[in-house]
Amino acid sequence: MKVRSVSIAVALSLVIISVLSVAASAAVTINGAGATFPEPIYAVWMYKYHELKGQKVNYQGIGSSGGINQIKAGTVDFGGSDAPLTPIELSESRLVQFPMVVGGVVPIVNIKGVGPGQLRLTPAALAGIFAGEITEWDNDVIKKLNPGLTLPSDPITTVHRADGSGTTWIFTSYLDKVSPSWHQKIGVGKTVAWPGGVGAKGNPGVAAYVQRVDCSVGYVEYAYAVQSKLTWVTMQNRAGKFVAPSSGSFQAAAQNADWKNAPGFSLVLVDQPGDGTWPIVGASFVLIRKEQASAETAKALLGFFDWCYRFGGAMAAQKDYVPLPMSVVEMVEAMWKTSVTAGGRPVWK
Amino acid sequence: MTSGGGKHRADWTFRALTALCAILVIVLMGAILARLLGNSRLAFSEFGLGFLSSQEWNPGTSEFGALSSVFGTVVSTAIAMLLAVPLSLVIAVFLVEVAHPAVARIVGGAVELLAAVPSIIYGMWGLFVFATIMQRTVQPALASSLGFLPLFQGPPMGIGMLTAGIVLAIMVLPFTTAVTRDVLLMVPPVLRESAHGVGATMWEATRSVSLRYGRHGIIGAVFLGFGRAVGETMAVTFVIGNSHRISASLFEAGNTIASSLANEFNEASEPLYQSSLVGLAVVLFGITLLFQIVAHVWLARLGRAEGRRS
Repeated sequence: MKVRSVSIAVALSLVIISVLSVAASAAVTINGAGATFPEPIYAVWMYKYHELKGQKVNYQGIGSSGGINQIKAGTVDFGGSDAPLTPIELSESRLVQFPMVVGGVVPIVNIKGVGPGQLRLTPAALAGIFAGEITEWDNDVIKKLNPGLTLPSDPITTVHRADGSGTTWIFTSYLDKVSPSWHQKIGVGKTVAWPGGVGAKGNPGVAAYVQRVDCSVGYVEYAYAVQSKLTWVTMQNRAGKFVAPSSGSFQAAAQNADWKNAPGFSLVLVDQPGDGTWPIVGASFVLIRKEQASAETAKALLGFFDWCYRFGGAMAAQKDYVPLPMSVVEMVEAMWKTSVTAGGRPVWK
Repeated sequence: MTSGGGKHRADWTFRALTALCAILVIVLMGAILARLLGNSRLAFSEFGLGFLSSQEWNPGTSEFGALSSVFGTVVSTAIAMLLAVPLSLVIAVFLVEVAHPAVARIVGGAVELLAAVPSIIYGMWGLFVFATIMQRTVQPALASSLGFLPLFQGPPMGIGMLTAGIVLAIMVLPFTTAVTRDVLLMVPPVLRESAHGVGATMWEATRSVSLRYGRHGIIGAVFLGFGRAVGETMAVTFVIGNSHRISASLFEAGNTIASSLANEFNEASEPLYQSSLVGLAVVLFGITLLFQIVAHVWLARLGRAEGRRS
């Protein structure tokens, strides 16, 4: 008995010591949580940053809503969200927001004999298909856009995300903007009441369903479409030009967007102007508190984001994300100078 | 370890310890239920009983009804149980009554191995392998032979309610089979031998002795399978098609309570949305409880009826 209680005591004290040491090192660790869409690139940045600067940053992909709740509750240092908060929400919860990285959403199809980029769609046609108003591929609207393709008369099956997702939010934001009837009947959301079709979990789920079901159409993140070699669609943009999805056409959207007149960077990058702009683009946002508790942590936090903006571009491109244009980065950092404070004094200089 | 008067103390400790662990189950159960009811209050006060009867599920307009999820849960579980229970009974009878011991050991081992496969594996297999078989072979065959029934109409997508039910059946099968086999093994040999002694065939001995003797245990096995089918999440989410609609056709996409929770809880931001999802969990709790009560009442009746007969 004696021997056992001694060994238990030893084990307990070891546990206590290790807990204490974790607590001690946690003082300099930055914690974030939120959207899953940017998680892969955040992970790369955090790893590299730790390697170079010795500063530890954690991020948990728990979903945008979770991220917003956690930063509001003050349990994390920054939150990630795919949908921007409105300026009113920001000031109510005393947060500031800025875009971190840009990504595109791409419609994908499974039609016999149609290869990547061959099918051309207008915004109205895309909205019509997902609203259930255009029900066959050989519909006149689609035939007129694609005189060179033989399109089947079988019914179209639409595939959407079953899980609440930023990808759906970006995609429905686009349909909502380009189609008045979509705006009236369905609207924007991370999940919406789809008029038909089937739901699949995650990008892999949507891709698998589309590949499985003949005459289907779905939407996935660009990175996923590239990596899985899916049959993407050429879209007509706001300037009336037909464009292919690429880092270049996403960057054009970010560059041409009117960030200056978007308070709180509360901007959706869909349907942006410019000849080379891909129309379905979204930014992933970071939320931090306006008044920081500790100047030291705040500096470490902003220092990390600054490093990501300046040196993270190549890593982002490798993972098929698009870095934010430098002109926007400058606006973000100017906002830091005036808006982020600790003890009443600005943190970023 | 103990000496002299220590025996009483040891007994007392043993009793207290086991009781404590048993109470823990009740406490956990109560805590879960209390939390579920508390967190779903908003949804139930907003929609009342309409929450159970409404098919509408629209986060955009904040209208939530549980009907489509309940329907999918019941239908997919029913398909699974209809397929799995008879099949597992047959397999268990074969293993115990018919098979050579060496064969029984191998097949029995395989069944236990199947029970240990994680559900995500069944889900991915269901989506990437089984759905193709359904789409190319099973669904066209059903549509051409039984297509006059509304159950088997619509385009063969490979995914949907029927696929989910069959995948669930495959997942339930090892559990019910393993338990049923163990139950049949516990039938005293003397009973079976007497049946054979009075001239019963193998089937007669199985039906009127083994299955009857073990029926409580077999119903326990069905319970276990039901529990797995009704709450299964990952595998179903992969293959059911996840749509909040009720359709007569088993080829169409549907959803279950567990799959809706898995899909939507992460990004449910509004309080009413979240509360409605917790409300779904309460309904699932209710369905399981109802099933348990019905089964217990039925078992008790069965026991009484037989008491009268003898």
